[in-house]
Amino acid sequence: MKPVWKRLYDWVDERVELGGLVEFLGKKYVPVHRHSIWYYFGGVSLFLFIIQVTTGILLLLYYKSGEELAFESVQFITSKVQFGWLIRSVHSWAANLFILAAFIHMFSVYFTRAYRKPREITWITGMLMFFLGLFFGFSGYLLPWNELAFFATKVGTDIAGAIPIIGKPVMIFLRGGEDVTGATLSRMFGFHIAILPGIFSVCLGIHLLLVQRQGMSEPEESGKDMKTMPFFPNFLLRDLLLWLLVMNVLAILAVIFPWELGHKADAFASAPAGIKPEWYFLFMFQMLKYIPAKILSIDGEVLGILVFSAAGLLWTLVPFWDRETKRGTRGRFLTYVGIAAVVCIISLTIVGWLS
Amino acid sequence: MTSEVGPTGPKENRRDFLKYFLGGGVVAWLGAVLYPILAFLIPPKQGEVEVTSVKAGKLGEIEKESGTIVRFGNKPVILIRNSSGECVAFSATCTHLDCTVQYRKDLGVIWCACHNGRYDLKGQNISGPPPRPLDEYRVIIQGEDVLISKKV
Repeated sequence: MKPVWKRLYDWVDERVELGGLVEFLGKKYVPVHRHSIWYYFGGVSLFLFIIQVTTGILLLLYYKSGEELAFESVQFITSKVQFGWLIRSVHSWAANLFILAAFIHMFSVYFTRAYRKPREITWITGMLMFFLGLFFGFSGYLLPWNELAFFATKVGTDIAGAIPIIGKPVMIFLRGGEDVTGATLSRMFGFHIAILPGIFSVCLGIHLLLVQRQGMSEPEESGKDMKTMPFFPNFLLRDLLLWLLVMNVLAILAVIFPWELGHKADAFASAPAGIKPEWYFLFMFQMLKYIPAKILSIDGEVLGILVFSAAGLLWTLVPFWDRETKRGTRGRFLTYVGIAAVVCIISLTIVGWLS
Repeated sequence: MTSEVGPTGPKENRRDFLKYFLGGGVVAWLGAVLYPILAFLIPPKQGEVEVTSVKAGKLGEIEKESGTIVRFGNKPVILIRNSSGECVAFSATCTHLDCTVQYRKDLGVIWCACHNGRYDLKGQNISGPPPRPLDEYRVIIQGEDVLISKKV
């Protein structure tokens, strides 16, 4: 008599032919070289995303949207619901770690030129998920309806409103009206729990499918006889071990530094002193501070937004203008651009943090 | 009949006609589906009660060198009583990025915490990113009552 799990496998196999999939997994190899470490950050981002979906669904069981309910319901979650404080804290911390992991993943792909043909679509879907991740952060930030979030949303949507021509309609669309009100909260809630997860899942599906189909990108300097490691089980077990470590770090952060709730938003209170955006928006915030109010009769803000949008677009489209792709060389210029971007982001974030 | 004539004949015409007819149909169908969705996304204009003046409080209760946020319809207005006892009022919405300003007694200015914008007590932008002065409101003292109204 075969064991139960074997019989179950056979039952499924008879119907959907798992053979091909198992063979594919058995033949999948991951290149081993000195940059292999960067392969893990996509997996870490994925793991944190899974945590976000899980904790997000849990929070949804108690969270209430609405000007008069949102803050109180989060207060209820953190003070009355068993382990509510933990779930909320994990959700907030994992959000931040997700953005961090995505940043690292993105830059490592950029510097190793893994976006080059045939992986352009993987890069584009990755960048889309990165921007969606930022929007996830922005929309989720408002949901507790506290003072900091209220003003952050006012500023953030007002910046969107400064875009020439389309700005005003975009701002009204985001706010659900002229001002940040309960209508904005409803919209952000809708974005955060339905629209963004929907679009994100489609991108993620394509992204993961392509990674499986095309295999891992190898660094250019590697020769034909590169060392490899079987994906299953060697690489997968390493992946899982790292996920476990990340989960421990997350648990430590969430327990030792529980996420603050702050004061309830009040449309008729002044913005509190020391107000700052989340760290991943800090470099843009700091940059805007350095731009004068007017440059050649153009609003400094408008110019800043246009520059950031253009930079973001160029970055997203890098597989298509990376001229060195054809020659197959490593390309110094793009490395310098990447280093400049990293230095710029880190230093502005630190200055913004300290000021 | 004529329908079987060569490549530029009526058969082609009929095919073109069908192509445009069906293509146009698809476009029209898409329009009919997408238009209501896009229109739904635009928030309807809310009928607002036009506020022309509000009572901000009693003069005796407002300290010298203080600033308070007063609800003017659905907009915040800052009422400031300066050191000589005079009252002035401005829109409390920073002209930079929509934050709500506050009175800083220690600096003697109207200050916005979001990006360190500063206005003097006449509402003029004096430093930081604000691009223009705060909109001014009229303060009327009627006996003990302090009233704020829109400038005409």
